Amino acid sequence: MSDTSKQPGSRLAPLFQRLAAENRAALIPYITAGDPSPEATLELMHALAEGGADVIEVGVPFSDPMADGPVIQAAHERALRSGLGLRGVLDLVAEFRRKDGETPVILMGYQNPIEAIGVADFAARAAEAGVDGVLTVDLPPEEADELAGALRGPGLDSIFLLAPTTRGERTQAVASKGSGFVYYVSLKGVTGAANLDTDALGDQLARIRETCELPVGVGFGIRDADTAGRVGAVADAVIVGSAIVRLINERAEAEGGVNAAVLDDVRDFVAGMRRSIESARS
Amino acid sequence: MPETNNKVTDTPVDYGTFPDVRGRFGDYGGRYVAETLMEPIEELTAAYAKYRNDPGFLEEFETDLRDYVGRPSALYHAKRLSELYGAEIWLKREDLNHTGAHKINNALGQALLAKRMGKTRIIAETGAGQHGVATATVAARLGIECVVYMGADDIQRQAPNVFRMRLLGAKVVPVDSGTRTLKDALNEAMRDWVTNVDDTFYIIGTVAGPHPYPQMVRDFQSVIGREAREQMLEKTGELPDQVVACVGGGSNAIGIFHEFLADESVELHGSEAGGEGVETGRHAAPLTAGRPGVLHGNRTYLMEDENGQIIGTHSISAGLDYPGVGPEHAWLKDIGRVEYAAITDEQAMEAFHDMMRCEGIIPALESSHAVAHARVLAEARGGQRILVNLSGRGDKDINTVARLEGIEL
Repeated sequence: MSDTSKQPGSRLAPLFQRLAAENRAALIPYITAGDPSPEATLELMHALAEGGADVIEVGVPFSDPMADGPVIQAAHERALRSGLGLRGVLDLVAEFRRKDGETPVILMGYQNPIEAIGVADFAARAAEAGVDGVLTVDLPPEEADELAGALRGPGLDSIFLLAPTTRGERTQAVASKGSGFVYYVSLKGVTGAANLDTDALGDQLARIRETCELPVGVGFGIRDADTAGRVGAVADAVIVGSAIVRLINERAEAEGGVNAAVLDDVRDFVAGMRRSIESARS
Repeated sequence: MPETNNKVTDTPVDYGTFPDVRGRFGDYGGRYVAETLMEPIEELTAAYAKYRNDPGFLEEFETDLRDYVGRPSALYHAKRLSELYGAEIWLKREDLNHTGAHKINNALGQALLAKRMGKTRIIAETGAGQHGVATATVAARLGIECVVYMGADDIQRQAPNVFRMRLLGAKVVPVDSGTRTLKDALNEAMRDWVTNVDDTFYIIGTVAGPHPYPQMVRDFQSVIGREAREQMLEKTGELPDQVVACVGGGSNAIGIFHEFLADESVELHGSEAGGEGVETGRHAAPLTAGRPGVLHGNRTYLMEDENGQIIGTHSISAGLDYPGVGPEHAWLKDIGRVEYAAITDEQAMEAFHDMMRCEGIIPALESSHAVAHARVLAEARGGQRILVNLSGRGDKDINTVARLEGIEL
């Protein structure tokens, strides 16, 4: 473990405080690390930040991504072919931090790769690499005490999911165990599902905020700048996954890899969403 | 209990109290699922808690087990096999059940629960197709829509069972992701359930998955051991020295073991799929050669690489070809109540032939692992009374056996 004085703790709380003062939602794009290669992931992370991402969510490749839809499942399979594991993802974040010490980075993944490293060891290494928070999809608050405790030591956030079906008392449990923000899964189903009802979303968020003081990010079903803006009008963060993963894959296939043209397109796509979010509450 | 195991404490374990309210068997089990699944899982937990001791529900289940499944299944003294192996071998004939295996006990129980919960759609995962056929069967009988997820590779390998499910009115959906086998079918069924939670009941085929599945499937399968224990006492006046069952996910094994757990004189043995030999890495024996981790909603022993990725498995028997195992087995291994050993493809094939030639019974390749394990135990100890769970019939495996032996049908 490194000298803890070098570990600043999570960048998420200061970010959300600043954005609340600016009266806009955070934009959080997601990419799967290693899709299609670790080198491309590093370049894509910088492109996302340059395009206006407030936080970068990095997916950790897993052989059995049970909660993900076809687009992100395919990204996991491409990433696994590149041979990248959780240790390699942490190395990528450390490499990203050499040029970008500001943009918060959160990891999204499943519990088993974390256990393969060991929960305590993982938390220490994640802090050292410059990770700000961890969302473990298959770890509901009931099972999360060990990991959340280990992350709390070096000041990292544990981010939990809320679902449309989550009832009031569970919302409270999530709110009390989580930190940074909570991730509201706006639809029943897996990642990449369609038909987000942004009108109903405002009511759902109001209900969540009755028992949860953390910022509420909304993911699932946000596919373009228009939906990003409409979600950003009511949510504290807009999380975009499948739409970006799909764009990267389609463009990388057309270009024979992640080249400058692909990075430009990703930057533009994120910038478009960012503009839409900035004008959403004005 | 085995005297050699120093993990066993002096205090007797009250096996009936497991799992605890969090679905834990020691360190294993639990509920490792996305938040989106917590509400349907809690709904299921509440419904099962309500009905598991409900006289009306239990009476309906027992009546159907008798009149539709054909229970109790016979207990049979395999005399010629006993002579060959040098032990007194008794077979619990789950192969005689409707649809040819123990799988129907659980599919029936869960389908009756689905009906009581007002669900109008049933989904299931299947590997070899036996659980899929059992689920399609009970869904047809209850007139409920049925969708079965099956790995694309398994669909190729198990064409007759796919056709059987379709004849029964089920929709069989090929799964193209991952290793295109059972574990991926389970992932896809979970995804369906998340998306269609309001009207859909997910019938898991083994004692794995998030709580309450390991408990519920065990309860529905434990009819096997209740019958077998009574039948042994009736026919021999004594309990068996050893009980042997094959373990993939482990539902037939838990089913026969559970009633014997408190009988300290009875040794319990689980037979994992050793494939081409544990030392080759081409096997499906997580209890023998894996380590604890989290997959498919529960903590248990898994086959995984150094990055925590679940790795491909190999077994001659599609029903044992799974990288995890039920959490109760993981616990029973750690506390030393059950001993698990890996049986190779070759040993299982020999036992398959022994059973056919000595007893005129075609055992499933899964069950052949338990028969081979009985032989290993007989050779080590000699003369003991061994109860083997013959969990299914092997008609479904004839094509596989022919192919392995280079015979064209």
